[in-house]
Amino acid sequence: MTPFLRRQRALADFTLAALARRKGKNIALIAVYSVVVFVLASAMFFAASLRFETTTVLEGAPEITVQKITLGRQDLIEGSVADEIAAIRGLTEAHPRLWGYYYDRINGANYTVMVPDDPEMMPDPGQIAIGEGIPRARGLEWAGAPVFLSRYEGDLKKFDVARTFSRDSALMTSDLMLMNEADFRDFFDIPEGRYTDVVARVRNPNEVATIVQKGSNALPQMRFVTRADIARTYQKLFDWREGLLTALAFAGILAFVIFAAEKASGLSAEEAREIGILKAVGWNTRDVIAMKMWEGGLISLAAFLIGTVAGFAHVFFFGAPLFAPILKGWAVIYPDFPLSPHVDGLQLLTLALLTTLPYIAATVVPIWRTASADPDAVMR
Amino acid sequence: MRRSSYVFAGLGALTLLLAVELYYPVFARPHRDGRLLEERRLVARLGLTDPALFTEARYTRNPSLADLNTPFQDHPGSFDHFPSGTFVPPPATPGKGWLLFQPEAAK
Repeated sequence: MTPFLRRQRALADFTLAALARRKGKNIALIAVYSVVVFVLASAMFFAASLRFETTTVLEGAPEITVQKITLGRQDLIEGSVADEIAAIRGLTEAHPRLWGYYYDRINGANYTVMVPDDPEMMPDPGQIAIGEGIPRARGLEWAGAPVFLSRYEGDLKKFDVARTFSRDSALMTSDLMLMNEADFRDFFDIPEGRYTDVVARVRNPNEVATIVQKGSNALPQMRFVTRADIARTYQKLFDWREGLLTALAFAGILAFVIFAAEKASGLSAEEAREIGILKAVGWNTRDVIAMKMWEGGLISLAAFLIGTVAGFAHVFFFGAPLFAPILKGWAVIYPDFPLSPHVDGLQLLTLALLTTLPYIAATVVPIWRTASADPDAVMR
Repeated sequence: MRRSSYVFAGLGALTLLLAVELYYPVFARPHRDGRLLEERRLVARLGLTDPALFTEARYTRNPSLADLNTPFQDHPGSFDHFPSGTFVPPPATPGKGWLLFQPEAAK
């Protein structure tokens, strides 16, 4: 070992012995510090994973969705509008869709009911395909149990479950119910020729803006939603949500900052005396600061490692159980989805710097002031 | 053994644990990507636009397709009814401009 390393090792030993003398206080400090890092790291991992999955999966979302707006609300659209839209140059196809929400009077859940465009996905009359959340919300324990839907008191309609979407796609399909078109029109009393909205596919994605411009001119009462709009909505939503979690953690962080600042800057008389003695026996200012750097470094590194390791396990191995109640809100159905493991290296580095550097600085700065003073004055 | 040996060993073990955890996404990537590809295909086939995170209201279930007046969906100036409204920001309204008129003489 080089003399430099041997010196640092000895300093570390000395620091640990000093920390061990105030064992209770320092263990409490590391515990609180770790919890702060844990909350921040969990929020970061959780948001990064959700953001990653949503943005990846929504690349498959329809390029253009056209809605009819009446009295400020979305209204049913005539099927003929699809032909008018399809006539816009640059579009390869446009077809009307049927979908909507169904409020389940039995358990208070909302389902998203949809008629698939794809004939392969279309269930037979009297059958439905459902997401994993519906049997869970309904308490349908056995496979093949039919679903009874009721629109008003005394009304009961039976549907056989042809297919249940797996947990793998739960983030997108948890509350989904696919229905045959005839069943849909009959159940929700939608007249023939009316639809919920129209989706369109474009030939060249770069032309979307021009096509929307042309479409809005031709059909001014329609609202055009593009895939970029959807992506923007989610970008905003996740920024907002992450900010909110950080805001929730902010109170905790603030308490910690006060705690750490008190501990670090409000140098106890005992610590000041210790520094005075060290200087009196021949330590120079650099040694004292190096020792304090070790102290801050060891504490913050330990807290960062414990908090991050625990936060990662909390989110990816246990499915973030601490966040679920906040995110569930009032919804009866909350998707039971696997969080896709995804780590943003830059975010992790930011977390490391934001949590360790301020603490080290808060420890070293007041010490530097004391250490550069005359030992006699400090000890007295 | 010196005191620092134990502490360094503990920190080393934690670092190793973190490294293992950070390797986990790399290890799980083929499975994850396969799953996401399937999910993306399903999204494309069904034309889905939003994740089913908040199912209690139209504007939280499908924020990208919701009406622009959704925060006031029941009557103008009504308070947001659902806790998820906290998580789903109000839609970005396009109108930030002014419509200005000039007197005829000033033209």
